[in-house]
Amino acid sequence: MSMREKIEQAAAAYPDQRSAIMPALVIAQKEHGHLPGPVLEEVADILGVERIWVYELATFYTLFHTEPVGRFHLQLCDNVSCMLCGSEDLLTHLETVLKIKKGDTTADGLFTLSTVECLGACEMAPVMQVGDDYHGNLDVARLDALLDSLRAAAGRAAGIEHAPQPLPGG
Amino acid sequence: MFEPVLLKNVEVANGHLLSTYEAGGGYQALRKVLSEYTPDEVVELVKQSNLRGRGGAGFPTGMKWSFVPKGADKPKYLCCNADEGEPGTFKDRIIMERDPHQLIEALAVSGYAIGAETAYVYIRGEYVAAIRRLEQAIAEAHEKGYLGRSVLGTDFNFTVHIHCGAGAYICGEETAMLESLEGKRAQPRLKPPFPAVAGLYASPTVINNVETLACVPHIVTRGAAWFRGIGPDKSPGPKLYCVSGQVRKPGLYELPMGIPLKELVEEHAGGPLPGRKIKAVIPGGVSAPVIPEHALEVGMDFDSLSAAGSMLGSAGVIVVDDSTCMVKVATRIIEFFHHESCGKCTPCREGLNWVVKVLRRIEAGEGAPGDLEQLDMLCKGIFGNTFCALGDGAAMGLRAALKHFREEFVAHIEEGRCPFH
Repeated sequence: MSMREKIEQAAAAYPDQRSAIMPALVIAQKEHGHLPGPVLEEVADILGVERIWVYELATFYTLFHTEPVGRFHLQLCDNVSCMLCGSEDLLTHLETVLKIKKGDTTADGLFTLSTVECLGACEMAPVMQVGDDYHGNLDVARLDALLDSLRAAAGRAAGIEHAPQPLPGG
Repeated sequence: MFEPVLLKNVEVANGHLLSTYEAGGGYQALRKVLSEYTPDEVVELVKQSNLRGRGGAGFPTGMKWSFVPKGADKPKYLCCNADEGEPGTFKDRIIMERDPHQLIEALAVSGYAIGAETAYVYIRGEYVAAIRRLEQAIAEAHEKGYLGRSVLGTDFNFTVHIHCGAGAYICGEETAMLESLEGKRAQPRLKPPFPAVAGLYASPTVINNVETLACVPHIVTRGAAWFRGIGPDKSPGPKLYCVSGQVRKPGLYELPMGIPLKELVEEHAGGPLPGRKIKAVIPGGVSAPVIPEHALEVGMDFDSLSAAGSMLGSAGVIVVDDSTCMVKVATRIIEFFHHESCGKCTPCREGLNWVVKVLRRIEAGEGAPGDLEQLDMLCKGIFGNTFCALGDGAAMGLRAALKHFREEFVAHIEEGRCPFH
């Protein structure tokens, strides 16, 4: 299904197309990774709403990114429960091993490191969200294992993308 | 012996599936109300149960439902507040991930009661797993006739849509949530008119939290007297408590409303970590004023906590032990409110920015004489002067920290350093 079709399907849930802007932005961000100006304008055109309405939402809500993020967005919660359970040390560790500061992306484009407000999973603090998944009860060892698995996943994906085609008859 | 009902299915294998829910008696409440009750009788039942909203404010649910005007020519809407942004709180996520049909049945029963044919569940966008589970459950419920046109062969039509939030704490405030649902920046609306009269698309709208709604099917099947028989008269029923922080057994606990905070933390959640002592507990998410260790006998219900100078809020209980600097905790809490301020009104937007700067300076050992008086003055300027409760929550939290742990703030300023580092 194309992005347009997905957005039109989502918009059917509302009597007013303006309500569909947020669902449309979620769809567009999944499709493009982030929301640059032309994508925002495309969303506005599909829904037939004012462009400014789309811009004002894309810049208000923290889950929308108007700038590119790395392949894996590491979103470490540092709110109170996670802070009490050691998220500060985890941030220091991530900054050291990834050689970036929070808010930055690694040179290879693999990781963007952010701290976020409460993820609503305080029973497994400290918690980090990567893509759609939560990783809880983190310590340095678990964090390193997670980074290794993400690098491996990226390697596998790259391997598939660049895998040589089988020879005819081979 | 207290019997958990809200969490009955969450530890069951495949508790998220319709077959599991039905096997445990699920959807019997919906069958019962559609065959035996008029909508008004359901509202009356909920009124009799004395159910109070589990989202924070504790407003009586049946009374809220009864404010919806009769015979309005506009469609009525039911909105489920599943934004759950209050730090320390995770109860609604667990219900949606592990027992989503409990919420869907609750929505259908509640929608029938208020005369709504459409419900929107506003879920915070981070809760991807919960969103997927709920989507799957909605599809299952449609297939079995619990949702859709002519629910269970009656003339009741009911549809549930999921609306994903995108990371704004203010969406937990009901009118800001409505703005967000209408595709606008989430900023609170002036009340009145209240949502029950003019809410979503200016139509009559009821907004309830996930846990509040989840109580409704149990009230239908077990009766209002059963519900009123649990916990204190003025705040009855089973309650979900989220326990986190520096405690041995963090987790979600279903216990009667009114259980002593000390019992919850020391017995159910296992008490402090080895070698540590509890210093303080935040009882209801970070907007609830902190309670020092010596006052933990307080009952976990709306009225007892209010009398003790705090509040039940979202019942997000955060335990702080004696290794932790309370200035640091207070600073982190205010940083949260500052970050999440929607920017609509000046006392919140500018006041919290100012407070954060002073607190960061004190925590860094660069506090100045007069800083605490300035913080007191800022709290006074923010509390009661903001458009919604976000600024109030921040000011109440800071005031409590300054009251109960003032000596730690003073030590930072006098010693020019954080005594805990």
